[in-house]
Amino acid sequence: MRITREDVVHVARLARLDLDDDELETFTGQLGDILDHAARVEALDTSGVEPTAHPVPLANVLRPDERGRCLDRDGVLAQAPEAENGYFRVPRIMDAGS
Amino acid sequence: MSGYEAVIGLEVHVELATATKMFCSCPNEFGAPPNTNICPVCLGLPGALPVTNAAAVELAIRFGTAVGSTIGRAIFHRKNYFYPDMPKDFQISQYDEPICVAGAVVVPALDEAGPTTVRLVRAHLEEDTGKSVHVGGTGRIHDADHTLVDYNRSGVPLLEIVTEPDIRSAEQARAFVNELRAILALLGVSDVKMEEGSLRVDANISVRPAGSTTFGTKVEVKNMNSVRSVAHALEFERARQIELVTAGGAVEQETRHWDEADARTHGMRSKEEAMDYRYFPEPDLVPIAPDREWVERIRAAAPAQLPAERAAAIAAAAGLPANLAAAVAYTPGLADWVDAEVGAGADVTQAYVWASQEVLAHLNETGKTWVDVAPPPGTFVELGELVGDATLSKKLAREVLADVLVSRRRPRDIVAERGLEQISDDAELAAIVAEVVAANPDTVERYRAGNEKVAGFLVGQVMKSTAGKANPGVVQALVRSALEP
Repeated sequence: MRITREDVVHVARLARLDLDDDELETFTGQLGDILDHAARVEALDTSGVEPTAHPVPLANVLRPDERGRCLDRDGVLAQAPEAENGYFRVPRIMDAGS
Repeated sequence: MSGYEAVIGLEVHVELATATKMFCSCPNEFGAPPNTNICPVCLGLPGALPVTNAAAVELAIRFGTAVGSTIGRAIFHRKNYFYPDMPKDFQISQYDEPICVAGAVVVPALDEAGPTTVRLVRAHLEEDTGKSVHVGGTGRIHDADHTLVDYNRSGVPLLEIVTEPDIRSAEQARAFVNELRAILALLGVSDVKMEEGSLRVDANISVRPAGSTTFGTKVEVKNMNSVRSVAHALEFERARQIELVTAGGAVEQETRHWDEADARTHGMRSKEEAMDYRYFPEPDLVPIAPDREWVERIRAAAPAQLPAERAAAIAAAAGLPANLAAAVAYTPGLADWVDAEVGAGADVTQAYVWASQEVLAHLNETGKTWVDVAPPPGTFVELGELVGDATLSKKLAREVLADVLVSRRRPRDIVAERGLEQISDDAELAAIVAEVVAANPDTVERYRAGNEKVAGFLVGQVMKSTAGKANPGVVQALVRSALEP
């Protein structure tokens, strides 16, 4: 099934991307090509093949539960668009519910 | 309304008792000044790479083995959505291969219906989000002017425990949460402080005609911040849905928030668009593949009994009523401490009576935990010796114990300092008895006229004049013999 322009609009909205008509056209074509390629791979018989969770054949890469250094707060907040009393300040989050 | 029953499943988020966060070495601690426990990983700065905390994995496995889950290969996924408390714009979670699959929690009987088994779907590892403070308006989310964000909690290890819809009432939900908290605390998996957000409960609830095997439309209830509010919110929501359905209406599938202030649930957001999280495997983390040896090592190091089993064992060993035995078993750390005292020579019944009475009364009064007040090892052994050699009456021993719990001093030091030794000396007590008898001729008269109960009054007077330190057995014998003509 070919990806539609509506699918791309939906995915762009989920990713908070503002795409103009030309870009929608371009991405609909490019994403379609990628999915076509995936469909060709999917056509292969993979019964009996363990799904690959990770391309690197490693597991259990773990870290001991030991404290390390944190960043300096003032230095971090200085890079934020807005800060207040040691907090990051952001616009109001949600519209009124019922 | 009685023709309907509720069908409830819970999602419980538990902050794990690790020293550091899930994927970075920032401290996992409650109450630090805002944005002081942050680093490039938990702020989601470009190029920062997560590394899984071994202790978090082990705590998840410890929980899973205790409740009979299957421990298997686990894969981390990214759950994508935008929210200011999540700086990466995705949460690292587990999706189709969680660390713990299935399992069950047995909830002790609420009534004659017997215990309830609540099956678990899964328990998976993920990271917590930051904390938002809404400013302006009434301080609630929907009319706030702006929001302040603290990322100290961002990346704190979470275990999300999901139950099957096996719960049938708000009371049962409350009992389940209590049982789960006790298990998590006993295992040391979490400090389970709901008031600090270490344990958070969301619920899915629907109603259906009693006996039906199909499910009604479910509503998700959030923002229940105490065990009590879990029960209240679910009872409200059950009644609301039944009223809707019996009036010919339909329950709308939605998320509703419990508001403690007006004791109602409120619809939160219109679902113009169903959440689409676009889960995909986290490329920066490799799978966790616990082998049998690792799992067995974790299981062997964990307490062998769940709290309900522990309570039954205590009741049997100490001859304690079931409710007192349970009160001790469900207090994290207490039963282990008492058992160590018993192992060191304390009398098992005496030790558990002290634990279930003086200790629990003290914890209830002060709001402290056993871990806060636990006295040095040997305290019960020493107290038992002081009772055994008649230095202390049982009453005085309780007084000394109350002092120990506050001062953490040794019982012998308290006895010496406060001059609490019991007076058992016959001559000394006989003199006091003689005084009391001489001062109360009326009472002596009534006793001799056949009213033997009044002897208790005289014993009481003797105890009073010795500030409770007289050996009550000796006093009784002396009073009797003084009264006999």
